[in-house]
Amino acid sequence: MGGAPRTPPPAIAGPDTARARPESVAETAELLRGTSGTVVPVGAGTKTGWAAPPTSCDLLLRTGGLCRITEYLPGDLVVVAEAGVPLAALQECLADHGQMLALDPPEPDATLGGIVSANASGPRRLRYGTVRDLLIGVTVVLADGTVARAGGKVVKNVAGYDLGKLYTGAHGSLGVVVSTTWRLHPRQPARATVTVPVHDSAQAGRYAALLARSTLTPTAAELKWDAAAPGGELVVLFESTAASVRAQARDTVALLGAGRVADALPGWFGHRPEGDLVLRLAYEPFALPRVLDVLGALDGRPSGAPGPHGTFSACTGVAYAAVPAGTGLAELRAALTPYDGSAVVLAAAGPARGAAEHWGPTGDAFPLMTRVKDRFDPERRLSPGRLLGGL
Amino acid sequence: MSDTRIDLLAGRLRDRIGAAHVLTDPAQVRTYACDGLATVRVQPAVVVLAAGRDDVVAAVRLCAQAGVPFVARGSGTGLSGGAVPVADGVLVVLSRLRRVLSVDPDNARVEVEPGVVNLWVTREAAPHGQAYAPDPSSQQVCSIGGNVAENAGGAHCLKYGFTVNHVTGAEVVLPDGEVVHLGGTAPEHPGYDLLGAFVGSEGTLGVATRVTLRTVQAPETVRTLLLGYRTVEGAAGTVSDIIAAGIVPAAVEMMDALAIEAAEAAVRCGYPEGAAAVLVVELDGPAAEVAEQFEQVVRLATARAAFETRVARDAAERDLIWKGRKSAFAAVGRISPAYYVQDGVIPRTRLPEILTEIGRLADAAGIRVANVFHAGDGNLHPLILFDDTVPGAEAAAEDLGSAILDLCVDAGGSITGEHGVGVEKKAKMARQFTADDLDTMHRLRCAFDPAGLANPGKLFPTPRLCGERPGVRTADDPGRDPALGEVF
Repeated sequence: MGGAPRTPPPAIAGPDTARARPESVAETAELLRGTSGTVVPVGAGTKTGWAAPPTSCDLLLRTGGLCRITEYLPGDLVVVAEAGVPLAALQECLADHGQMLALDPPEPDATLGGIVSANASGPRRLRYGTVRDLLIGVTVVLADGTVARAGGKVVKNVAGYDLGKLYTGAHGSLGVVVSTTWRLHPRQPARATVTVPVHDSAQAGRYAALLARSTLTPTAAELKWDAAAPGGELVVLFESTAASVRAQARDTVALLGAGRVADALPGWFGHRPEGDLVLRLAYEPFALPRVLDVLGALDGRPSGAPGPHGTFSACTGVAYAAVPAGTGLAELRAALTPYDGSAVVLAAAGPARGAAEHWGPTGDAFPLMTRVKDRFDPERRLSPGRLLGGL
Repeated sequence: MSDTRIDLLAGRLRDRIGAAHVLTDPAQVRTYACDGLATVRVQPAVVVLAAGRDDVVAAVRLCAQAGVPFVARGSGTGLSGGAVPVADGVLVVLSRLRRVLSVDPDNARVEVEPGVVNLWVTREAAPHGQAYAPDPSSQQVCSIGGNVAENAGGAHCLKYGFTVNHVTGAEVVLPDGEVVHLGGTAPEHPGYDLLGAFVGSEGTLGVATRVTLRTVQAPETVRTLLLGYRTVEGAAGTVSDIIAAGIVPAAVEMMDALAIEAAEAAVRCGYPEGAAAVLVVELDGPAAEVAEQFEQVVRLATARAAFETRVARDAAERDLIWKGRKSAFAAVGRISPAYYVQDGVIPRTRLPEILTEIGRLADAAGIRVANVFHAGDGNLHPLILFDDTVPGAEAAAEDLGSAILDLCVDAGGSITGEHGVGVEKKAKMARQFTADDLDTMHRLRCAFDPAGLANPGKLFPTPRLCGERPGVRTADDPGRDPALGEVF
């Protein structure tokens, strides 16, 4: 995607930070038991900008040594893999059996632990959901070195609290994710795409609504949007049997009254935009055109700099947008409020932003989140300050 | 607990909620002594028939002030005793909170109060071509609040997921009476996913007073197939073959000979005679995909020597096929004076060997077991038959149930796939999880409910107190006598 150059993820560690790279769960537990300082876990470091910078980091804990695929049961569509396993390596192993983990965040080298901790997902969230829909078991090491498991190795399981949900998106602030267990899906044999140009926000909204209310089952529907134009293109992806993707692509063209059928994905598909200030937006799915209008009305763009642009997962209410560096986040968040919206910073050039600016306002559940943090990490040693409200 | 303390609380509840909806008369209260797990009965001291959120807040707050435990109850269909009252406590009945608050097909959301019945949500969504996917067999009576508490599943969760995958937001009354909003109508709210942890917490973290559900588009095509087999292995093998072929059916259900016999006796569903097992396979989605996969399933079944392949030609035939399956639990009452429903999960690939082992254990105990299960996800529902007039028969049935759960855990499975832990299986939690695992879960419990007043005595194997931990900030926690924790 065009635009400003990629902002490198900020460094977590300072000059006095110690580093460790444990090679087993037991070693990780030993490490945490043996320290009383602050600890920040990182995987491949591809999404360190997704949370606010830690207020302290005595020990940078790299999970790359936890790199085993522990158990793979193709007949049960379940895999257990340690946190440091790169998603790409796991997918390669699963592909041998015609299977996949149905998560497609674009960050190259991203590890499973990092994906869980940052709650990263990609375009196929439309069909398969996100981490919370696919993670069926998890092992963490708590700040005091306790090794704790939740969930299990079977998809259907309601025994005990589903703590995997709690650790998802927690950026390592409740425990260090060391092992993950996933529900898998079969790879689909065929693919077709329908690409439609989109000229204004109302048209984008109309297309998304038509798709959402149809019986079509796209794997993804991604809108590439440039607010300055305004305009972009919508790519609807089908992955199924050959006959089904052909028929669905044809039906999509009929439904939208436009579209070009192909089998390749455009180069921008699934990539997050780049720029000085990159945000993850979430909102009620049907508010897509309103959100596009909100972006279009943003000012503060220096002349010659690119305008707001991004990729919008139509029908899901999730988008990634690059906005001008001077964008007032408070105003943007207020504009999204009618749609239950949020805007979280993923990348920002310039001085580090504190938790408040990074995450936005806390809701009425924040005192409860604080109590959860205090029970899991009473001394506030894990990823301090990275989460919402400085947790 | 002293009687005067309860009397005092009952008086305050009457003042606040109205005398007509606060029951203490033993004859009236008795109705609420058990849920779907009828073997465990506990009479609550007070029953509150809440009419709305404010009643729930008032009841919970008054309980918190008095240090009296409370249990929330929906339709009372739970099978693990999750809504069994506490003897000296308050039962908060949510059945009167049954308003559908909004139907928003554009955003695929329906907001309801917790007493709304599961099937009503689909009824509301249907005119818009949508449905609510989780479909427990009790869907005609079970409530959304109970579904949220238990993370209810159903036959179609193989493809569509469980309650937790279809709840986007909830208004929750915490055990101290504070009201919080978890999630919402949009996805990916910043902060911890407390909603995800709340769903399935069996009433131990608070009471949901509003729930926002995600609906799904009804599929273009649904095809339902009944397959009859001479051997259980043939049926189980077909399930594995379907999965190995890369097909994710909407549902794959299995029943063995005894379950078929019961269903026939009860609802005359016309399942193939002489079958050792039947499979109900349902495929849904776009027409071309379903047609292709349907042919494939028939081929795979034939290769495993299915002797009958019956395709539902219309909605009526489809309903009849499902009727046999969905009424199987109750139907067992036709062939046995009493029975005990178990709920365990195994890795799907181990079905044949585990079924053989269940048969061996049953024979050794001299007990008949009818097997009904969600074969696609390895979720077994052995129905253990016994005669409750025979002394010791019930205990023997429970022992067999316990042995079956041990098999599930040893096979890498779970002690519950959808019925929950409740009172029934709390001792088994220690079989599936380590003390550290359980302690960690308990940390969440303490964050929500430091005084241990919400549905105490459930889910965790041993009573435990929260206590104070060094460094824990307690400014938000109302001061309480720790002795009032989960000792009830």
